Amino acid sequence: MSDTTADKLANKTPKRVARKIRGLSDRAIAWLFVGPTIFLLLAINIFPLLWTINLSFTDFKANRINREVKYIGIRNYERILGDSDIWLSMQATAHFLFWTLFFQVLLGFALAWLINRKFRGNDMWTTIIVLPMMLSPAVVGNFWTFLYQPQIGLFNYIVAFFTGADPSSFEMLGSVDLAPWAIVIVDTWMWTPFVMLICLAGLRSIPDYIYEAAEVDRASKLRQFFTITIPMVLPFLMLAVLFRGIENFKMFDLVVQLTGGGPGSVTEMASINLKREAFEKWRTGYSSAFAIILFVTVFGLASIYVKALNKVKER
Amino acid sequence: MNHLKIASVGVLSLAAATMSAATKAEDLTLCWAAWDPANALVELSKDFESASGHTMNFEFVPWPNFADRMLNELNSGGKLCDLLIGDSQWIGGGAENGHYVKLNDFFDSEGISMDDFAPATVYAYSTWPKGTPNYYALPAMGDANGWFYRKDWFERDDIKAAYKEATGEELGEPKTQKEMLKIAQFFQGREIDGKTVYGAAIFTERGSEGITMGATSALYPWGFKYENTPGKYDMEGAVNSAEAVEALEFYKEFYETATPPGYTNSYMGESLDAFKSGQVAMAMNWFAFFPGLYADADTGGDKIDFFVNPPQNQAGSTLGGQGISVVSYSDKKDASLEYIKWFADPEVQAKWWSMGGYSAHNSVLNSDTFKDSAPFAADFLMAMEDVQDFWQEPAYAELLLAMQKRVHDYVVADQGTAQEALDKLIEDWTEVFEDEGKL
Repeated sequence: MSDTTADKLANKTPKRVARKIRGLSDRAIAWLFVGPTIFLLLAINIFPLLWTINLSFTDFKANRINREVKYIGIRNYERILGDSDIWLSMQATAHFLFWTLFFQVLLGFALAWLINRKFRGNDMWTTIIVLPMMLSPAVVGNFWTFLYQPQIGLFNYIVAFFTGADPSSFEMLGSVDLAPWAIVIVDTWMWTPFVMLICLAGLRSIPDYIYEAAEVDRASKLRQFFTITIPMVLPFLMLAVLFRGIENFKMFDLVVQLTGGGPGSVTEMASINLKREAFEKWRTGYSSAFAIILFVTVFGLASIYVKALNKVKER
Repeated sequence: MNHLKIASVGVLSLAAATMSAATKAEDLTLCWAAWDPANALVELSKDFESASGHTMNFEFVPWPNFADRMLNELNSGGKLCDLLIGDSQWIGGGAENGHYVKLNDFFDSEGISMDDFAPATVYAYSTWPKGTPNYYALPAMGDANGWFYRKDWFERDDIKAAYKEATGEELGEPKTQKEMLKIAQFFQGREIDGKTVYGAAIFTERGSEGITMGATSALYPWGFKYENTPGKYDMEGAVNSAEAVEALEFYKEFYETATPPGYTNSYMGESLDAFKSGQVAMAMNWFAFFPGLYADADTGGDKIDFFVNPPQNQAGSTLGGQGISVVSYSDKKDASLEYIKWFADPEVQAKWWSMGGYSAHNSVLNSDTFKDSAPFAADFLMAMEDVQDFWQEPAYAELLLAMQKRVHDYVVADQGTAQEALDKLIEDWTEVFEDEGKL
């Protein structure tokens, strides 16, 4: 009897099972293993997606199950695309997305670049910097609400200290002009470490000999930065942007904790609007159509972005 | 008198125990919001447990999540709650969607008469369609939005003199909405005992129902109506009438000139905090909180007094409160109905009031001693005479969220005019009623 690992495993297979699969091809056995996963995927991903598409053409309301459901064609889509409030929520999302990505990439890369230097306490600083991303968004939202409190909030007092303004003269969460920036600040504080970690991985993946060769060629530090560091970190940076972009497009918990979408509707992101339509107003058909529009938007943008990312990696 | 009441409750409990001896002891779950009256109900229900042999469990959800949590439960046909003390606005949905058990036959067979309860509460908490004798709940907790203020500040000579000098009038409980604003503006930013205080805490919350409940407390006294003809859904000229526009502008002015900084998303809890921390001279909140406020060691007792929402063109208060219903998905309907029968008894209702619950039973409200039984009791009676409620339609959540958005956009976010906000509100509501097939 052979005693290879494969043989040992084969010998351990119960005879009843062995008899059953003896006649199966490799392809069939592969399907046997992959089948349950595909079934689960279909059941919990694909079927709900198809069902949502189906519901998006109806006037179904999940809280009125006895009500007759009518197919209304593309009326839900027309309503959504013609609804100025929806466009305002998309604008709020775009504002949040653009500025959080901008600051997180800028600060994340800068921090990674600094942390990548060798200095005393390097590990300790890395740990301190990554702490915010380990906190729950609900906790972060709550304590930043206190920090932004106009009468007792530390944030207002710090701003007042540097500007001389009265701390209670401005409201970060209550002002139409400041609230969108207040949530950008908190998200940036929380998630810049994530971008930093990915950039750090990129920076540490650059072999030293490339810089040594550049030194031999008498390339300046600035030249090395733009011709070696940036191009080689770019795929990592783009990956970080992709992750944060998808996450922030769906942003819900942090903003709900901080502003609840207010004041008025200035920080009402698409996801908050969708939740209100689906689970507070119970307009299931309408919200399904809205969800499909958001899905197509994210999927479309992400696909284009991934293609660009692959091109950068090929370079 | 108290001994007589206690003896009566004892006899009643004994009778209930005898009656229920033959029935199976059940574990009942009663769902409600998590607030002071709910704690009182837990205590009160111990009498029911000892009388009936049933065990009472309670599921209390904080107010901001109460509607979401409970409506999800009802919509999914959940069996968590056997009894539900649901908000008045849910009655339409509860009845039409089959969530609540219709109680007419039960009331008839048990001799429970709705004539024994305050008409405003029966109308608001029990009937659907509105005003018809179709009952889906028993009035459980009467409530309205009222006001309380720092009586000790109002009585201080230096503050009274300063007010007289500033306005030429005497400082006292406001008699109109505009007078109330004037007083709040007087206190705004004033130094009292070395501390900066503010005018008043009002409702501005965006997420659930806060700013609607606050703004309607100004809209109703100005004469706001939802429809020109009740039941016709003809809102043009009613919802956006000149009076309604003026009232909404008033509420915005109140928010901008007489509330603490950062008061942009505040409801019951924030109002209580602002008052108890000595930050504001006045605050609006539901009568349900008044017993707790009066008992507060720092700002209660002789430092506090209460007043009904002041009139302007007419008297009007925003209705709160709830009825108690039997959930149709419960497997323990008989035991749940037993609880309702026990709760409807006048003696239990009297005890309910004495423990901090707001009974809507006429025998309690009309008793000789009621008005003097608490410093806010007379105001409560006055408020309940002129209460108005929000839409109670099955689509109430959509209607409410539309108003939350339009009012918050205008009052807090300073977007557009009051006229535009109310015009847009009519558009939103028209769309909802069209979807409902009512227009």
